[in-house]
Amino acid sequence: MMAAGTAFEPMTRATAGELAERTMEAAAQEFSSVVQAHRLQIFRFLLASTRDVDLAETLTQECFLKAHRNWDRFRGESSAMTWLMRIAINLEKDHWRNRRLQFWRHTRTNSVDLDEASEWLPSGERSVEQKMMAREQVQQVWKAVEGLSARQRTVFLLRYVEDQELSEIALATGLSQGTVKAHLSRALVKVRAELRGKP
Amino acid sequence: MSFWTKLPDVKHEQVEDEALEQALKNFRSSIHGWSEAVYSQPRESVKVVRQTSWRVAAGWALGCVLAVGSVAGGVYDHHHRQEGARIAAAAEAARQQKLADEQRALKENEDLLAKVDSDVSRAVPSAMEPLAQLMADDEPQ
Repeated sequence: MMAAGTAFEPMTRATAGELAERTMEAAAQEFSSVVQAHRLQIFRFLLASTRDVDLAETLTQECFLKAHRNWDRFRGESSAMTWLMRIAINLEKDHWRNRRLQFWRHTRTNSVDLDEASEWLPSGERSVEQKMMAREQVQQVWKAVEGLSARQRTVFLLRYVEDQELSEIALATGLSQGTVKAHLSRALVKVRAELRGKP
Repeated sequence: MSFWTKLPDVKHEQVEDEALEQALKNFRSSIHGWSEAVYSQPRESVKVVRQTSWRVAAGWALGCVLAVGSVAGGVYDHHHRQEGARIAAAAEAARQQKLADEQRALKENEDLLAKVDSDVSRAVPSAMEPLAQLMADDEPQ
């Protein structure tokens, strides 16, 4: 019995090692597919939140780095997208908090202005007048978004740019659905007022 | 002119909602277009990062040069002051020494003169020796 146990032991170890390696490989492949599927969406949300291409790119990289480090803790209680969005929101929040502390950095920002951000017009516009009108609308919405609080802006962008459901927004932001609705409602009031020309 | 002034007044609320919906749709499309355009240009972002790092490196180099320059200037100034102070102290010490030597020499001269005077006052000239002997003999025993 002892001889048999001794003979099988190295083989069992090798199998366990192989299994661990395979599990790691599978996890890496799974994470890689998650990055490919959601990277653009995370980048877009951060770009809309900051209006700074470099900063959005940096925060996106940090988001996936953090996600990779904690991938084994992801239990699938929410979708991977919601989990990643939560990380991105926290990173953005931390970034602005750090900037407030480092007051000298306030003078240096790479955020594009509203005019530049509004240059990207939706495709498919027919006439020049329609293009002008669309540009004016986009600019007014940007202006309204600029005047929103951080939470209102996050909720607004997740709802109207990322097309997320209220439940997903609530999970990503850590707020209740009722609070999300309230923030969304206030944000819409401000956008509507801006469109009316009465901010 | 505001966007709303271009719309007819009839069914204002409905038009308002439609306009809001359209504005949000345009906003969404605009951000999607912008992000996709930026996202599909990874090399540009690398270039920006390189420019930024080059600027940061240049800034650091300039900062280091300024820091080294100011430290070197400070050290040189300190050294220069120390050297000046050392020379001044040496000159003062030499002056004091010279003064002390002069005073000592003066005192020695005065002492010598006093000794000579004393010796001269006590010494009897040889020409007066017999007279002095007589005076000694005349003295009552």
